[in-house]
Amino acid sequence: MLAGAPAAPIAQQGPVIPHFERASDCIRENGQFCFSWFVDNFDRVFVPRLVEHIWLTGLAVGIGFVIAFTAALVAHSLDWFETPFAILAAFLYTIPSLAFFQLLVPITGLTVTSAEIALVSYTILILFRNTLTGLRGVPEDARLAARAMGLTKGQILRRVELPLALPAIMAGVRIATVTTISLATVAAFIGVGGLGQPIFNAIQSGFKTQFVAAGLLAVALALVADALLVLLQRMLAPWMRARRA
Amino acid sequence: MKTFENAIEFLFDNTGLIWDKILEHVWLSLASLGVACVIAIPLGVWLGHRHRGSFVAINVSNVGRALPSLAVISIGLGLLGVGFTNVMVALVILAGPVMLTNAYVAVDQVDQDAVRAARAMGMRGPQVLWRVELPLALPLIFAGIRTAAVYVVATAPLAALAGGGGLGDIIVNQPTYGPEGVVAGSLVIAALAFATEGVFALLQYAVTPRPLRRRGRQPLLEPKVETAAA
Repeated sequence: MLAGAPAAPIAQQGPVIPHFERASDCIRENGQFCFSWFVDNFDRVFVPRLVEHIWLTGLAVGIGFVIAFTAALVAHSLDWFETPFAILAAFLYTIPSLAFFQLLVPITGLTVTSAEIALVSYTILILFRNTLTGLRGVPEDARLAARAMGLTKGQILRRVELPLALPAIMAGVRIATVTTISLATVAAFIGVGGLGQPIFNAIQSGFKTQFVAAGLLAVALALVADALLVLLQRMLAPWMRARRA
Repeated sequence: MKTFENAIEFLFDNTGLIWDKILEHVWLSLASLGVACVIAIPLGVWLGHRHRGSFVAINVSNVGRALPSLAVISIGLGLLGVGFTNVMVALVILAGPVMLTNAYVAVDQVDQDAVRAARAMGMRGPQVLWRVELPLALPLIFAGIRTAAVYVVATAPLAALAGGGGLGDIIVNQPTYGPEGVVAGSLVIAALAFATEGVFALLQYAVTPRPLRRRGRQPLLEPKVETAAA
């Protein structure tokens, strides 16, 4: 009696087949870009991937910056250090991304670590070279004036050299960030998510709207990140803005 | 490490396949590079000669860099469909900007004293371009081609996803070739990228007029442009 009671209403409803309303014409014909699908599925399909992508990029640029910045400071005081480090960085930079990710898989597996090793490697050359160029570009007069004012070596670095090198360093960060956003899409190939994921999935299923949308989002992310870094640079180095005006 | 041993074995067992894929890869890369050269370099050289359009010429490579290669290929896939030509279009879009910027900067930054001296000797615009500006600009123009060449060879594997063929076919087909095949393909692609870098470095040295060779190395991978765009 108790077991039978709930069964009756279900039987009255007919077959239990979920009903997914009728898809729009655009989706059924697999149009180039179905805007309404994009809007409806943005939260579900793209937002988590976007967050993963930002996370992958931020981590790579952060770690890469720490390594490259330290190396540049070392190379700034020890001349012999520059060439070997630059060669190593250039070597890593030349390895094609898809191959790099795949070569790391047997060693570190299908993990974020594999993705980050490759992504960090790509940032180092750019950040190292720009930081060092910036530090080398500090006018000798400024350095001498600081010394004459009694600043120690560390103070010269922090108060004179780094501020003057900031535009070059920030240019490096911008290039590295944009490059990493681009390369992180490829990282999805080893299953670490990011905006590459919907692209790879959609290439297999042939669903045009999804890969066009993910591609456009990746481009948009790169442009937005670049613009934000320009703003950051203006905040960090307000004197540059004054000079330009 | 076992995978790497198997990968080496795979290379020796499938020499025929690997060669075919290398040839496809090189052909796709050269075709894209060639088309990009034909479009980007004359435009850059002309703008540089006239000292015009610096904003566009310099920023186009920044925008080009902001375009994720996979995104360009996927958008191209959506708009153009699968196939060799469409992959080539995507690779041309990716390779063109850096060449355009380098060609522009190379010609634009030629020592103006040399240009004025040439004019004073009675040379006309095209003569100045051919006999003074281009020889002096050649190393930097070639640096752009070299950067683009390595970029194209490195990006072409992604093209396999869009039916472009090449070594990427092996990497994206793990079910067919197994993990050892994927690693073997990756090793070959990496080797190919280094070989490209080497060959183009030699070519660049060869096209540099002799008096310019002594000045030491130009900043090759990432030319001057980067810091100027700050």
